[in-house]
Amino acid sequence: MLGRPLKVVRAVDGVDISVRPGSTLALVGESGSGKSTLGRCVARLDTPTGGTVHFSGKDVLAAHGAALGQFRREVQTIFQDPFSSLNPRRTIGDAIGDGPTIHGLMPKDAIRDLVQQLLTRVGLRPDHADRYPHEFSGGQRQRIAIARALALAPKFIIADEAVSSLDVSIRAQILNLLLDIQAERGLSFLFISHDLGVVRHVADDVAIMQAGKIVERGPVDQIFTDPREAYTKALLHAVPRATLGRRHRDGVVARTSMSTTRPIS
Amino acid sequence: MRNAGDVVLSARRLVTTFDTPSGRLRAVDGLDLHLRLGEVVCLVGESGSGKSVTGLSLMGLIDPPGHVTCDEFWFDGHDLTTLPESEMERLRGRRIAMIFQEPLSALNPSRRVGDQIAEVLRIHGLASRAEATRRAVELLGRVGIDDAQLRARSYPHQLSGGQRQRVTIAIACIGSPRLIIADEPTTALDVTVQTQILDLLTEMQTSLGSALLFITHDLGIVAELADRVVVLYAGQVVEEAAVEDLYRTPGHPYTVGLLASVPDVDAPRKRGVALAAIPGTVPNLLEVGTGCRFRERCDRAHDRCGAEPPMITLSEGHRVRCWLYAGR
Ligand SMILES: Nc1ncnc2c1ncn2[C@@H]1O[C@H](COP(=O)(O)OP(=O)(O)O)[C@@H](O)[C@H]1O
Ligand SMILES: Nc1ncnc2c1ncn2[C@@H]1O[C@H](COP(=O)(O)OP(=O)(O)O)[C@@H](O)[C@H]1O
Ligand SMILES: [Mg+2]
Ligand SMILES: [Mg+2]
Repeated sequence: MLGRPLKVVRAVDGVDISVRPGSTLALVGESGSGKSTLGRCVARLDTPTGGTVHFSGKDVLAAHGAALGQFRREVQTIFQDPFSSLNPRRTIGDAIGDGPTIHGLMPKDAIRDLVQQLLTRVGLRPDHADRYPHEFSGGQRQRIAIARALALAPKFIIADEAVSSLDVSIRAQILNLLLDIQAERGLSFLFISHDLGVVRHVADDVAIMQAGKIVERGPVDQIFTDPREAYTKALLHAVPRATLGRRHRDGVVARTSMSTTRPIS
Repeated sequence: MRNAGDVVLSARRLVTTFDTPSGRLRAVDGLDLHLRLGEVVCLVGESGSGKSVTGLSLMGLIDPPGHVTCDEFWFDGHDLTTLPESEMERLRGRRIAMIFQEPLSALNPSRRVGDQIAEVLRIHGLASRAEATRRAVELLGRVGIDDAQLRARSYPHQLSGGQRQRVTIAIACIGSPRLIIADEPTTALDVTVQTQILDLLTEMQTSLGSALLFITHDLGIVAELADRVVVLYAGQVVEEAAVEDLYRTPGHPYTVGLLASVPDVDAPRKRGVALAAIPGTVPNLLEVGTGCRFRERCDRAHDRCGAEPPMITLSEGHRVRCWLYAGR
């Protein structure tokens, strides 16, 4: 198993996070707070100017050769817009099979079987393998991105705003898929999101980022029910609730008096 | 709920089509809409449901290969189905104003924001050249921009996303519009900035006494903002209700599913329990035939759903396009 799978020190600005095996750490914060940068450093897509990243007890930044190859298999990333990472002129079967092909993991036939299994697992059809990215909706493309990430049997997945551009009804489908796969495979997740509603329902632990620093972290229920930092409280307060409760409690009067204070944007 | 004022816009059977290489697409298919002064109506629906096309159609901004028809279209006492384009031009931007998701697309990148506001003031004949600059600074202050004097000299890219949206709101409000159409104006903003922009928008709308048609996919914003809600699915209105009725007693299975799909930020995670989701995806508008457009995804679908569902009135102002309520 993973032991202490991941430790990042000063990846963005003295940031220190760790993800427990089989669990999900959600990284929350407003745009520009450094979430993606931190995610990219963890995945070794960017190199931090200082600090360390440990995965399964090994130093990721020092890894090269076979050790780096293993890291590149075991850690996969899913981004917000899978379309930009899919080559429009290649079938999605080829895209999903890329990883195993590049890493020389298995013969062609086995890769074809794997692709079909994965397509089925993410809720698509095996014959979709021969189609091209533009033939799929946003939700389907995100399923493709998940299948592609799973092709190398990773232990750790970094999902950077992976459901942020999806409509609510589809978003829940994709989150359920990710949670099921996590349970099946004991995967660890770094789940980067600005959506606090989603985070509450997928995370085990939460780290709140602001301007390149982690301002608060803790178990998910503590962060949401008993936040310590003013910034966390402000974020939670600002989330529009899809219930009539607050509107009726605070009412239009509160809304108007709020806006007489000087806006900060 | 605020007292509803006079009807400022009334559209009956609005249809907007696009001729595409694969056929004619009905992006908006028979929409009825009535907006009253002083009210906030939220138009909700998932991407591709026709929200933006509705807004653009009401503004008269659909260009070929798009085509708009309407059995009846009244705005502020004018019959827009017969109004010449030159007259429409005068209404647009002044009496009906639109705010978009991406303010950069509405602003000229190479002109200072103060000059852009001043120009609109002059075009509308609301300020002389000498006055316009001073009025522009005043307006920037009015929409909550600090150091307005200094900020007036900024170019759009030098402002934050929230500040840019404040500028477009200032411009939209210059002509004292009777109707403001806002198309996802906060979707690109962070939540804390979003709250401020929503406050500003409703404050401006209240002080102008205008109607606000707010387009969004966010049911949280709808709950906070709307007096009335219109739910679109695949180009059709599937439900319309006062906000209280919609959230307390949603009628259409699609509305029920949508409300259930929003993860509740105030409820603890239930481990091992799947999040509520609506199966399937929205239909391709080029392929929709007759019958209910939601039936393939609906857990309450029935044989009769293959026929066009009737629009049924459940209670005053609460209408649902669904067979479930037929013959009650
Ligand atoms: N390639 C880059 N070049 C310069 N600055 C960058 C680059 N990528 C990110 N940044 C800056 O780093 C900060 C953090 O960005 P990012 O990690 O993308 O934030 P988030 O994902 O939280 O929105 C921002 O201020 C951003 O402008
Ligand atoms: N200029 C256009 N040409 C062809 N189809 C269009 C055009 N604009 C919009 N559509 C189509 O109309 C439908 C509704 O689009 P839109 O109103 O933008 O959806 P929403 O704003 O609800 O996401 C979509 O299927 C879209 O592809
Ligand atoms: Mg990011
Ligand atoms: Mg739109």
